[in-house]
Amino acid sequence: MEWSTFLWTTLGAFLTLCTFSFLYKDNPFYKFAEHLVVGVSAGYFALVLWHQILIPNLFERLNDGDWYLLWINSSRFWYLIPAALGVMMWTRFSRKRSWISRWPIALYMGIAAGMAVPREMQARVIEQLWSAMRGIINWGNFFSLDATAGIASVIIFLGTLAALFYFFFSKEHTGPFKIVSNFGIWILMIGFGASFGYTVMGRISLFVQRIQVLNDWTIIAWEPGKGGFKLFWFLVFGVFIIWAVFEIVSFFNRRGKVPEA
Amino acid sequence: MNIFDRMMSLDRRWVFLSLAIVCVVTYLWDFSVPITISNEVKSIYDRFDSLQEGDMIYMSVDYDPNALAELHPTTYALAEMCFRKKVKIIFGTLSNLGQGMVDQVIRDIADSVSHDATYNGVFYKGREIVNGVDYVFLGYKPYPAMVIQAMGLDFRVPFPTDFYGTILDSIPIMKGTKNFDQCKMVIDMAAGNVAEMWITYGHGNYGVPLALAVTGVMGADMYPYLGSGQIFGLAAGLLGSAQIEKLCNNPGRAMDGMRIQLFAHILIIFFIVMGNVGFLATRNRNKMR
Repeated sequence: MEWSTFLWTTLGAFLTLCTFSFLYKDNPFYKFAEHLVVGVSAGYFALVLWHQILIPNLFERLNDGDWYLLWINSSRFWYLIPAALGVMMWTRFSRKRSWISRWPIALYMGIAAGMAVPREMQARVIEQLWSAMRGIINWGNFFSLDATAGIASVIIFLGTLAALFYFFFSKEHTGPFKIVSNFGIWILMIGFGASFGYTVMGRISLFVQRIQVLNDWTIIAWEPGKGGFKLFWFLVFGVFIIWAVFEIVSFFNRRGKVPEA
Repeated sequence: MNIFDRMMSLDRRWVFLSLAIVCVVTYLWDFSVPITISNEVKSIYDRFDSLQEGDMIYMSVDYDPNALAELHPTTYALAEMCFRKKVKIIFGTLSNLGQGMVDQVIRDIADSVSHDATYNGVFYKGREIVNGVDYVFLGYKPYPAMVIQAMGLDFRVPFPTDFYGTILDSIPIMKGTKNFDQCKMVIDMAAGNVAEMWITYGHGNYGVPLALAVTGVMGADMYPYLGSGQIFGLAAGLLGSAQIEKLCNNPGRAMDGMRIQLFAHILIIFFIVMGNVGFLATRNRNKMR
């Protein structure tokens, strides 16, 4: 195992514990990890934008021009137009000239809306409507040996109508309308329940992966022959654990009082 | 204060502590749980299994490190399956921190594929994975909807060079490869609304055969697209990844994590029941008063 692997794995394990310490309460270790993540992400993203977007998509396409002429003599000078629009966005920082930034924003919004409306309508409304109805139109679903497809299609179709009806407020939900509305609530609750179940699974998955990482770290850390680094990181962990013990003792001393929010 | 009042006023930190203890103890206790394969995951595997040597796919790694736990196992298993079968992969990412994910996958899989292995009874001899021949990594570009639309016209519009700065036309596997028409399918590993953009613009505009591997949080929202046929397969969360690993006969971190999931879920259900019992009991008592 290389030293660099040991070092980075140890740092990862340390930051994992720092982050989990928030579950107890806010503390300097958590703050350190939080600020580190935000800072590193922002710095990394800025470099990615420069190296992966501005250099290949702008400067390399203008590289046959001269920089001191602002690339106006480039054979692909039209790339200066999006560059100018990008620069105009920076006027947001000036109160007097922030109106200039509305032009590129308006252009972007116009393009995005024009692109999105027909495609979103097709993919997320028309296709879904057709999908909800297709099952009940196809009589084969009901008269085949396995009629579950037909039953499922009816439930989906009626469930969709009932869920939509729940949000229909022009008619008072009384009598038969109340039954339909209640069925709609049940359908919505089943949907929310499925989402909640998946969300719980997702959150536990994140914790599982961190346990696996911590386990990897313990294997690496206990590998013989790490000397000084090992001692250093054990001292860091020692400080962390002493703080944790201190907090636990304080917690038990406060028992009977109202817990902190 | 009776037991029901205690249930209602339980400090949330006891829940966290219980969950941590259960997860750690279960992880240290070595056993396996059965993993049932669902049809939507099986259809992804079947499509990958039908790929022939020399075929090409587009693999979109649209997640950041915060979704690594759920999606990395799927990416690893499917990428290794492709490399073992000598299927070419175009990697791309529409997530701003996704480049590191792809880079890590390529490095680790290249190391793994260099060794002999047998998966599902088929022997694969170890070989070297070559950049530009076995795969190309296009890198990252922002505004996913526009990038997907542009790639549908020509990969060279949004990506004049690959991630490593090589001009696309000088890369062997990109010769004769213009857009999605040359790809047998697109698989999107996504943590966010990029998955829906692939459905809207990738499948909607260009009709690309699309499969999704998404985080658990997104899983329920994606099923309607499966029913409508806009995607041909769906692997949701760690469970989806575990199923992929099982089908590929390549056990990894997802299958390893399923036993912890089982006991964590049992504990959470226990707390939900306990909270509801406490709530109902205290409500009835208050009504009687």
